[in-house]
Amino acid sequence: MDKSPSREQLNEVVQKANVERGSAIPILQEVQATFGYVSKAMIEQISAETGIPASELYGITTFYSQFYMEPRGEHVIKVCHGTACHLAGADRVTAAVEMASGAKEGATSADGKFSHERVACLGCCSLAPVVMVDDEVHANVRADKVSALLRKYKQPAKDAEGTDRAGNESDGR
Amino acid sequence: MPGTSQMVGSRPVEVRVGLASCGLAAGAAPVNEALVRALEPHGVPVKATGCIGMCHAEPLVEVIGADGERFLYGKVTPDRVARIVEGHIVGGEPVTEWLEIGGPISTGHYLEKQQRIVLRNCGTIDPDSIDDYVKAGGYAAIAKALKSTPEHVIDEVMRSGLRGRGGAGFSTGLKWKLTRDVPGETKYVVCNADEGDPGAFMDRSILESDPHSVLEGMIIASYAMGANRGYIYVRAEYPVAVRRLKWSIEQARARGYLGSNILGSGHDFDLSIREGAGAFVCGEETALLMSIEGRRGMPVPRPPFPSEKGLWGSPTSINNVETFANVPYIIIHGADKYASLGTAKSKGTKVFALAGNVCKGGLVEVPMGTTLREIIYDIGGGIPGGHELKAIQTGGPSGGCIPASLADTPVDYDSLAQAGSIMGSGGLLVMDDTACMVDVARFFIAFTVEESCGKCTFCRVGTRQMHDILERITSGHGTLEDLDKLEEIAEKVRKGSLCGLGQTAPNPVLTTLRNFREEYEAHVLEKRCPAKKCSALITYNIIADACTGCTLCARNCPVKAISGETRKLHVIDQEACIKCGLCQSVCRFNAVTVS
Repeated sequence: MDKSPSREQLNEVVQKANVERGSAIPILQEVQATFGYVSKAMIEQISAETGIPASELYGITTFYSQFYMEPRGEHVIKVCHGTACHLAGADRVTAAVEMASGAKEGATSADGKFSHERVACLGCCSLAPVVMVDDEVHANVRADKVSALLRKYKQPAKDAEGTDRAGNESDGR
Repeated sequence: MPGTSQMVGSRPVEVRVGLASCGLAAGAAPVNEALVRALEPHGVPVKATGCIGMCHAEPLVEVIGADGERFLYGKVTPDRVARIVEGHIVGGEPVTEWLEIGGPISTGHYLEKQQRIVLRNCGTIDPDSIDDYVKAGGYAAIAKALKSTPEHVIDEVMRSGLRGRGGAGFSTGLKWKLTRDVPGETKYVVCNADEGDPGAFMDRSILESDPHSVLEGMIIASYAMGANRGYIYVRAEYPVAVRRLKWSIEQARARGYLGSNILGSGHDFDLSIREGAGAFVCGEETALLMSIEGRRGMPVPRPPFPSEKGLWGSPTSINNVETFANVPYIIIHGADKYASLGTAKSKGTKVFALAGNVCKGGLVEVPMGTTLREIIYDIGGGIPGGHELKAIQTGGPSGGCIPASLADTPVDYDSLAQAGSIMGSGGLLVMDDTACMVDVARFFIAFTVEESCGKCTFCRVGTRQMHDILERITSGHGTLEDLDKLEEIAEKVRKGSLCGLGQTAPNPVLTTLRNFREEYEAHVLEKRCPAKKCSALITYNIIADACTGCTLCARNCPVKAISGETRKLHVIDQEACIKCGLCQSVCRFNAVTVS
């Protein structure tokens, strides 16, 4: 995902989302979802295509936490730091994720395998602590279970099943 | 729930699996697959449902007997499926030791004391099937509303006493009336599904488990105020909810509940989804509208209120997910029945997201006026691990920490305000004696610092100052003057902020200062964290008698601060230790202590 898209590729995505007024955010979301990030060069091109000032697009991109201006790792780990997760030791989970993934909070590991983020609340508070890897939420991921959880993502790209439950056993807490 | 009648011979007719986010996170997908495989030869259908609210017991599987009796199994794994199928579905004998509800367990369970209006269909219907919703009585309220006048619908909602469930508690009917009374061709209905309070997840669950109830509420609202266009602004962190909503809207369109001339009434209404892009402030209504318009979500002064000048300058009514989900019930059963529940000023029920240090966390819907103690102990099963209740946090970062001594406070808008907190959107975090209240205050302020949009100086700079002071206190460098300073800045942030985010941001700090001052003083005067949470004030040590020398802690230490040979005592280098506590988490012999 680290190759920037061609003009045609980008325009196609922009057109898909540019359907009604106030579409600046949906356009950027579509671009982000397709290419994984929204670079300055992309912003300029979106502006040329839609007539929305580049300054406005840049303002949106930097205001909302969902947008990234640089490509991210192959897998994105989101450690939930909601209140319940905080009480359940989210700080320890973050330390364990840094240890197991090689990616500091807010950064991407040197091998490009993992990006590691802190998120406010994933809304699975009764299963705290919660960690989301890509689109999959994992429950009761206490610090000691992190390395087992990340093991399957360390395999070379394209592992077969998306839905196993590594490190997911509930301990009744 | 019917009694304990034995049902040998009567074969169950349906099996349900909860596939909302928490179920999926707990591993419901492989359970579902195993069930479908195992039940295929027996001709018993498996229905994918949403969330019944018992997050603590996920994955959940419910078996429905021929006589309608319900048996709910908790913590089901793919391995347990075979025995449930053989024993219960084929053999007709429930596997009683895995039952959460049903059979011998007819009282004392999680749902017994709940009264479910908003959650009426959650966990029982297939959220992806409009037929299932209709079968459960859905979309009957639209037909009824369309036969009466808009004024009558508004009157009914006003008389029901329904107040906004997003936090502010404004009368829903009045909001609709104000929007209706403003002249204008174009009006909007907006559903605020930007559930951002950490610790609140009822809106996610409703959207994932019963999306049509929210659509139905919105359609009724559109008729009541004469709006033809609507938006649902939903958090992007909720992908399952977004997917189900999109599908539900398509289905509702195909059936003529959305679009032009709804059910032949001449009323037109259609709606689309806008996904949030990760900004907590967009839960504030004016910021939310900015975001729908495709701009940075920054609040603007009110008045004019959105009911007058909202989306693109047109009259707009913004209501929360739970508020809309109440509406069909009110239309069908009448204002009087709804208003018979609750207290004098807070009518109906409220859904709470129960989490934190409580045995059975999940969603709880109770009549307004139920006490916090009843929710935590009678429904939530109390505090686990022999710990003591210390505080109850309601209302998320805008709310406050209620001390255990006030656990008999009834939950309604006014009583919670009197106890120094707010109803908020319904997050209910239970904290036991292991929680440090100064750390909790710091946690919430850190959240606000991160999420302040930066428009108002006091919110932007003031919360940062409060955070710095709290950091100082939790690291053992605070003074008594800092406590006064906190109160002083808090007051200024409250007064000097435009929107609810800033105005309420000091609440967690002020309530902990008021109710747990001795904890602040222990940090300041004795440089001690009584709950042993604040990393600068604690040390980790390894107990010689308990350590087996398994090396697990040394291998997991992120800074290599633990040394020791295999099968020999390990030692923590206090200079190098960053107090992350990982060693304590991984130790299987309870050999790591904190002091």
